[in-house]
Amino acid sequence: MAADGHARVAAEGAHGVRHPRLQHHFDDMEQQAEASTLGMWVFLVTEIMFFGGLFMAYLVYRTQMPDAFREASHHLDITLGATNTVILIVSSLTMALAVRSAQTGQPAKTQVGWLVATMVFGAAFLGIKAIEYTEKFRDHIVPGPFFEWHGTYPRGAEMFYSLYFAMTGLHALHMVVGLGIMTVMASLAWRGRFDDTYYTPIEVSGLYWHFVDIVWIFLFPLLYLIGRH
Amino acid sequence: MPNYLTNGHGLASWLLTKDHKRIALLYLASITAFFFLGGMFAFLIRLELLTPAGDVMTSESYNKMFTMHGVVMVFFFLIPSIPAVLGNFFIPIMIGAKDLAFPRINLLSWYVYVLGGLFTLVAALGGGVDTGWTFYTPYSTAASNTHVITAGLGVFITGFSSILTGLNFIVTIHRMRAPGMTWFRLPLFVWSHYATSLIMILGTPVIAITVLLVAVERGLHLGIFDPALGGDPILFQHLFWFYSHPAVYIMILPAMGVISEVVQAFSRKNVFGYSFVAFSSLAIAIIGFLVWGHHIFVAGQSVYAGLIFSILSFLVAIPSAVKVFNWTATIYKGSVSFDAPMLYAFGFLGLFTIGGLTGLFLATVGLDVHVHDTYFIIAHFHYIMVGGAIMGYLAGLHYWWPKISGKMYPEGWARFAALIVFVGFNLTFFPQFVLGYLGMPRRYHVYPPEFQVLNVLSTAGATVLAVGYLLPMVYFTWSIFAGEKAPMNPWGVKGLEWEIPSPPPTENFVVSPIVTHRTHQYAPSKEVGIGG
Repeated sequence: MAADGHARVAAEGAHGVRHPRLQHHFDDMEQQAEASTLGMWVFLVTEIMFFGGLFMAYLVYRTQMPDAFREASHHLDITLGATNTVILIVSSLTMALAVRSAQTGQPAKTQVGWLVATMVFGAAFLGIKAIEYTEKFRDHIVPGPFFEWHGTYPRGAEMFYSLYFAMTGLHALHMVVGLGIMTVMASLAWRGRFDDTYYTPIEVSGLYWHFVDIVWIFLFPLLYLIGRH
Repeated sequence: MPNYLTNGHGLASWLLTKDHKRIALLYLASITAFFFLGGMFAFLIRLELLTPAGDVMTSESYNKMFTMHGVVMVFFFLIPSIPAVLGNFFIPIMIGAKDLAFPRINLLSWYVYVLGGLFTLVAALGGGVDTGWTFYTPYSTAASNTHVITAGLGVFITGFSSILTGLNFIVTIHRMRAPGMTWFRLPLFVWSHYATSLIMILGTPVIAITVLLVAVERGLHLGIFDPALGGDPILFQHLFWFYSHPAVYIMILPAMGVISEVVQAFSRKNVFGYSFVAFSSLAIAIIGFLVWGHHIFVAGQSVYAGLIFSILSFLVAIPSAVKVFNWTATIYKGSVSFDAPMLYAFGFLGLFTIGGLTGLFLATVGLDVHVHDTYFIIAHFHYIMVGGAIMGYLAGLHYWWPKISGKMYPEGWARFAALIVFVGFNLTFFPQFVLGYLGMPRRYHVYPPEFQVLNVLSTAGATVLAVGYLLPMVYFTWSIFAGEKAPMNPWGVKGLEWEIPSPPPTENFVVSPIVTHRTHQYAPSKEVGIGG
């Protein structure tokens, strides 16, 4: 509480002028940045609950039919999945470097460079995901009337692939949204919007990007690595 | 200096506004429209139930009527009602802020709400939905041939409006408080909205993914709940009620916040046991997340799970009872005036108590087997939602109307309307307790002739209740054009919102206030510690 009150005393900032990016209803840049960051964290909590419903369904069904899940999982391409995992981890690094470059007041070109690198990795992830989906359609292991399964557990396998498409599809959708956000951030950075006094948008976008990566870190072992030890 | 109503004219100044007060009014207009739409469905239901035979509509149409009534009233009226209108308007003012933390997200939440509402209207006009507002699988995924996807997407989209509102409130309450506005000086209205927002952000995403999966199962054949693939319809019920039970606390907690303010204001007394009332809101939010299984006692849940959920459901009654006792103790020896907001608050106290106690009947596993899916549960639910939440909403609307509109409403008419609402409400819903206990099931449009007397009473009551709801519509509208101008503090009460002009200026405060004590300190000032 004391810290809050203290922050508000410096209402006009260090130089006695309002920062051009300070919105009218905030007292100072610190309050504005704290609000945005907290807002993104709260949003990420809602995202955890959103994915949580699917993880719950996965937990229940895998407990009920472990053999079917193991059999179905073996038809996923572990090489492509592992490659995508590495790609996303590297994209998290470039994202962190993009935030860092803004925080430390690096030139716009450096910020844009790291953002574009992040986007390239994100796009590569989606490209590989598209290849995987195409293979599933070719092999008729997409749930629905055309689903074919030649193993022991056709019903359980269809359930596994229902979960696979729901979970990875929702994740891919979040990646697409992430790419959109990065496009906006890159164009703002290009126009020199961010420096060491104002970098909150790029920081909270980074939080979102890392979150989407972490979801994949859970999805990869749960879907691809069942029973492979 | 222009106030928020005169600062900017024309449609665009409203549709593109970022002022929390104007957005609150956008919400007020849209939820009122949905309230009367949902009320129309209720009227048709009561009309059909006037006679034992099904003579107004077919059973298929009747299924659509109660589904649309539930969907519209729950998702498009009750959930946004107090938070999006009164919370939106008064939380920033009560904590001494110029606006919510994210004004653009606030406006976005209204547009998202309207988009979800349009989906629901399209579903309604295109022929309706017949799954019940609960969208239970496998009926909703495999059997129903009505507009389940459209209505489901409507609920999905509107959920995000609720999430955005909750997110905005949480950040605002954490980061936008005026100097000196410590957590234990917050008005109780703000505390209850903080608890509500926690439920909104933790629960709503779960219903979102659940109805999305129903839509995906219908549309794309991903069979997450499909028994043919080993899917479990009970899992749907767990996920659905994980949100939808806490959702009733989204509806009632804000009303409790209003009652806390009104009871203090019209008893001229600061609340008895401030921190107990504040923490009971949080307790309701937390325990409320652990009781959902009481909706599935007879659906195939294990007996042991049923017992645990039964005990937890008893526990959640404790913080609710704490509030009722503390409000009563606040009124005790207070200087009570019987203005319309206080009449609604008295109505709330009585009706919420009946609704809460009958909730304990339903939490008892053995008794629930007898009254499950009967009119008893309908009566219980409406005592909480209509007798509780809507009474609280009307109390708040009357209490703050002078501040919102800058005009006084006619007090005599308002007291009369409050009386009509109380009488009409009890006449509508009390007979339903008896009907349910005698065994009349919910969701049927025909019934045995011996139930007719009680059903006629209920329908008569609904007509009286409708008059009670139309009256405020008429005199509030009248007051905008012909009402007496409201002073800054018409009730002579304490609170930051009563220290600024009516209607408030766009920026709320010309000079940021510095808070030195709690609101509603009427007794000789003594700062009460956390324990008291």
